[in-house]
Amino acid sequence: MRLTVNGTEHEVTPRAGQCLRTLLRELGWFGVKKGCDAGDCGACTVHVDGEPLHSCLVPAFRAAERSITTVEGLGGPCSPRDGVPAALHPVQAAFVAAQGFQCGFCTPGMVMTAAALDQGQRQDLPAALKGNLCRCTGYRSIADAIAGAEGSAGSSCEHNPPAPASTAIVSGRARYTLDLDLPGALHLKVLRSPHAHARVLRIDAEAALALPGVVRVLTHADAPDRLFSTARHQNPADDASDTRVLDSVMRFVGQRVAAVIAESEGAAEAGCRALRVEYEVLPACLDPEQALTPDAPPVHGARPTGEDAPPLHPHPNLAAEAHGEIGDVAAGLAAADVVHEGTYRSQRIQHAHLETHAALGWRDPDGRLVIRSSTQVPFLTRDALCALFDLPREEVRVECGRVGGGFGGKQEMLTEDLVALAVMATGRPVRWELTRTEQFTATTTRHPMRVRVRLGARTDGTLTAIDLQVLSNTGAYGNHAGGVLHHGCNEVIAVYRCPNKRVDGHAVHTHTLPAGAFRGYGLSQTIFAVESAMDELARALNLDPFELRRRNMVRPGDPMVSTSLEPHDVRYGSYGLDQCLDAVSAALSVPPPPAPPGWRTGSGMALSMIDTIPPRGHFAEARIALDGDGRYTLSVGTVEFGNGTSTVHGQIAAQALGTTPDRIGLRQGDTDAVGHDTGAYGSTGIVVAGQATLRAAEALADALRGRAAARLGVDPAACRLDGDAVTAGEARVALADLGPADAMGHADGTPRSVAFNVQGFQVAVHPGTGELRILRSVHAADAGRVMNPVQCRGQIEGGVAQALGAALYEDLAVDAGGRVATPSFRTYHIPAIADVPRTEVIFADTHDGIGPLGAKSMSESPFNPVAAALGNAIRDATGARLTATPFAPDRIYRQVDDAARSGEADLQGASLP
Amino acid sequence: MDLDSITEVVAPRTRAALPAWRPGDAWLAGGTWLFSEPQDGIGRLIDLPSLGWEPHAVTEQGLQIGATCTIAALGRLELPTAFSAAPLIGRCCRALLGSFKVWNAATVGGNLCLALPAGPMIALAVALDGECLIWTPEGGERRLPVRDLVRGPQETALAPGEILRRIDLPAAAFRRRTAFRRLSLSPNGRSGALVIATLDPAGAFALTVTAATRRPVRIDRPGLPGAADLAAALAAAIPDGLWYDDVHGAPDWRRHVTGLLAEEARAELGGGGA
Repeated sequence: MRLTVNGTEHEVTPRAGQCLRTLLRELGWFGVKKGCDAGDCGACTVHVDGEPLHSCLVPAFRAAERSITTVEGLGGPCSPRDGVPAALHPVQAAFVAAQGFQCGFCTPGMVMTAAALDQGQRQDLPAALKGNLCRCTGYRSIADAIAGAEGSAGSSCEHNPPAPASTAIVSGRARYTLDLDLPGALHLKVLRSPHAHARVLRIDAEAALALPGVVRVLTHADAPDRLFSTARHQNPADDASDTRVLDSVMRFVGQRVAAVIAESEGAAEAGCRALRVEYEVLPACLDPEQALTPDAPPVHGARPTGEDAPPLHPHPNLAAEAHGEIGDVAAGLAAADVVHEGTYRSQRIQHAHLETHAALGWRDPDGRLVIRSSTQVPFLTRDALCALFDLPREEVRVECGRVGGGFGGKQEMLTEDLVALAVMATGRPVRWELTRTEQFTATTTRHPMRVRVRLGARTDGTLTAIDLQVLSNTGAYGNHAGGVLHHGCNEVIAVYRCPNKRVDGHAVHTHTLPAGAFRGYGLSQTIFAVESAMDELARALNLDPFELRRRNMVRPGDPMVSTSLEPHDVRYGSYGLDQCLDAVSAALSVPPPPAPPGWRTGSGMALSMIDTIPPRGHFAEARIALDGDGRYTLSVGTVEFGNGTSTVHGQIAAQALGTTPDRIGLRQGDTDAVGHDTGAYGSTGIVVAGQATLRAAEALADALRGRAAARLGVDPAACRLDGDAVTAGEARVALADLGPADAMGHADGTPRSVAFNVQGFQVAVHPGTGELRILRSVHAADAGRVMNPVQCRGQIEGGVAQALGAALYEDLAVDAGGRVATPSFRTYHIPAIADVPRTEVIFADTHDGIGPLGAKSMSESPFNPVAAALGNAIRDATGARLTATPFAPDRIYRQVDDAARSGEADLQGASLP
Repeated sequence: MDLDSITEVVAPRTRAALPAWRPGDAWLAGGTWLFSEPQDGIGRLIDLPSLGWEPHAVTEQGLQIGATCTIAALGRLELPTAFSAAPLIGRCCRALLGSFKVWNAATVGGNLCLALPAGPMIALAVALDGECLIWTPEGGERRLPVRDLVRGPQETALAPGEILRRIDLPAAAFRRRTAFRRLSLSPNGRSGALVIATLDPAGAFALTVTAATRRPVRIDRPGLPGAADLAAALAAAIPDGLWYDDVHGAPDWRRHVTGLLAEEARAELGGGGA
């Protein structure tokens, strides 16, 4: 059949069941993205004869004789191999101007949808964009883009230069992981366990291998007899080695049983269906509360435990423990005038980055194994592959394209090991793309936690004791079990001055899909508990919740202590928590917009603190070179996945080199780029990698001033870098005459500083239906010196939006058989534009003494105080304390109803008793 | 998504050209659900839009909707001004979970045959006394009220090989006043409860409940009931096991809010009193 795409005619024969999305990608139109493949996310939106459609839902045969426009061709006819168009469509230009994207993976679909809206639809974006999901931005910048708002663009720090990839992103020309032609590539698909706990007795691959196109079947017999952790940390021993590439024991529904490698995805899927597997089904432990009972079915036998928060007791289902006490908590509680005790639960949630996990693998001309992956940690993944397959570092390269979102989900090795094995087994390039359902059922999640909090205080509000008991469900594997537990029990209580603190934390295994790293890294769960409890304490003491915090929060000079008095490397690089509290308090003192009659209104707040860098070493290297043409090339290891660090690296280097970011080319996310980079996790893209960039750029600037001084016969101190030249008074030497030159910079992630976030809400709740409306959302952040306010604001808005999903809707439910009951965006609702209020973002005015150019990290932390602030506002409005997220209307209704029945409800909805 | 188990697509132009139904066949209308999930049991698609059915026609009897009429085409339809119930169409279109881009492909018949509790075309057709015209595999036809088509979540009264050809909404039903209420766990999420009340010029009252229940429930009264009457009628018509339980709302909440929404709708039609 024939079809026209962006003015280019194609003659094609689609497969019978093929959808238009994959047909367009096979033709090289990589701007057509897959976020869900089910019509929910809109990333694949194209126009068919001018009509916008989700191309994943369009049978390919229906495209015959039709004219299709993809994001590449929105501005005019083009061919698949063209670069960024010279002229952007007005909607594309508006998305650049408003920086209406972060990772950019949803952007082609957003742009194509926005371009098809009529005026009425543009006035009602909640309805018009309900089929377009963005996980990064929180939608404010997208709404601004559609409204045609213009941001102001400047050149160096504290202005807002657009992301360097902006035009490529809005025109669909940015290359993500799979946007690469790999001739002759085989396709990999995985058969997954239907059982929560089983032993694989036999795998009969005969029928599968007999199918046309099936090349190879890999089972546990083909996998290295070696254990590793999917978690990636600077120190690989942090996490328990408990995972095999392919195992003969199934520990959760969805675990890999076998991989089929075939000439097409369809053949690989058919191969999976043809595999005959015999299982010995074993009893499963699904309930974390039961995991440590003596007769609980063990998830693991003997295996090396992780060094971060290792288990201290021998139960096989114990993955990690954290215990500690300062002072005497029992005495502190006894001395208290008021004690609050409560148990708070945080559910399992998924990162839901729009680009699913995916990897390509091949041999380069030198025979090196190359893995192109959607990862936050290319270097640590390279090292893990080397350890797993006994390969020297020089023989493995891991590179990233642009990465379509991470949120911690890509601080794991979930695809690269199997792709590497497949490349080695077949000698051919191999491609593996997870489906959205696999993303939900077989990757990682936030750790579900049950947190019991006891707080004691005197009548004046002074805390006398903080006691936490934490039960974390790490699922089938121990990736991040210790780190999340350890981190989750730290800053949450270190932010308060209190002589008596105690933590008893356990992370347990269950036969459910593994939990892993997730934005906040344990803090969102414990902060929900402690900040809810602080609110109850304020009520019991008849104190303003801001005032209770002010009386107890640490201030510069106070030791930051959780449960250990050991010295550490966290300092007050700057301190803006007081400013953050004042700003949110002032904002909430303004009466909210009116609520509909019959709705109850209230307000709530919560605070959070976070160390700016993960502990015990986080390393980055940067190299900056002056090329022969007077331009710079900056090489960093850190990956761009919507965190905006590419922009800031350019800004930092530009400032140090007295030039503008457009003169600095960036090479990133590639193990060939620099020697080492721990990775873009723990919000380190600026504070660690940016520090390395600053040092490299300053070293190069020194060298260039030195060379210019020698050339001009002046003192280096008299030389100034100025754009494309070095000047000394009236004398001037062109950069092009000074190069080539290069310099290195390193950062080791210590000492560390602290960043702060305070969230406030005014809400209205319908007591009958449980519906919630957010009347006002205010977020104050202490990010030190904010290098790019537009981007930093975007990180905060996105963090608040993602946290609202976790607080209101998202629940990765596991059924009685251990199966994930929410395997799609239709069943696992992430916030759409209708669900996210505009959040007023306020920055504290501080300058960090530790971070590069005064900056602190601000990626994970805006997520952390949101659920508690919202729960506190609901409590204020209705009298009902919701102790478990998500606060969906059916749960709010039930709690409000129960509270009313038990007579506890404050039916006036007054702000304080 | 690609449905790689499918090896053949048949695109008949006439009823006579329809292939004999066999297991593993699926009727393909808009494709918006079929292509949204793996369909491992399906090997052949039979393309219904190829039959070229008229999307819709207004006759003296009322509105005839071809089963392959898209939601978008239905939403754009201009109806006679005497059809006071016409705004219900737009409200039901907007109740679809899918975006306006899905409306461009999804069909009215597909929404009925998928038989999801939240299917808004089911709510529309049941509230307006819709009747299905069904093609039987032997070449005949039969008629069936829409309220009897949907038997439970993704379960219909269609026998294998039967095709939903058309939905007829009688003109008399369009002369009713209507009140529409909908709730979901998120503002534009999948409906957790959807209630339509109607009052005809002669005073007869009808309440249609969907989304909250496993199948559509219709309560008819000769006149506007009182609040207590309606609550009692709901309780009698919907036993505990009929409230739907899935991730889009707990059954106790659905029961509770259905009562609230039904009363609001009743009061709206009664002008506040009753």
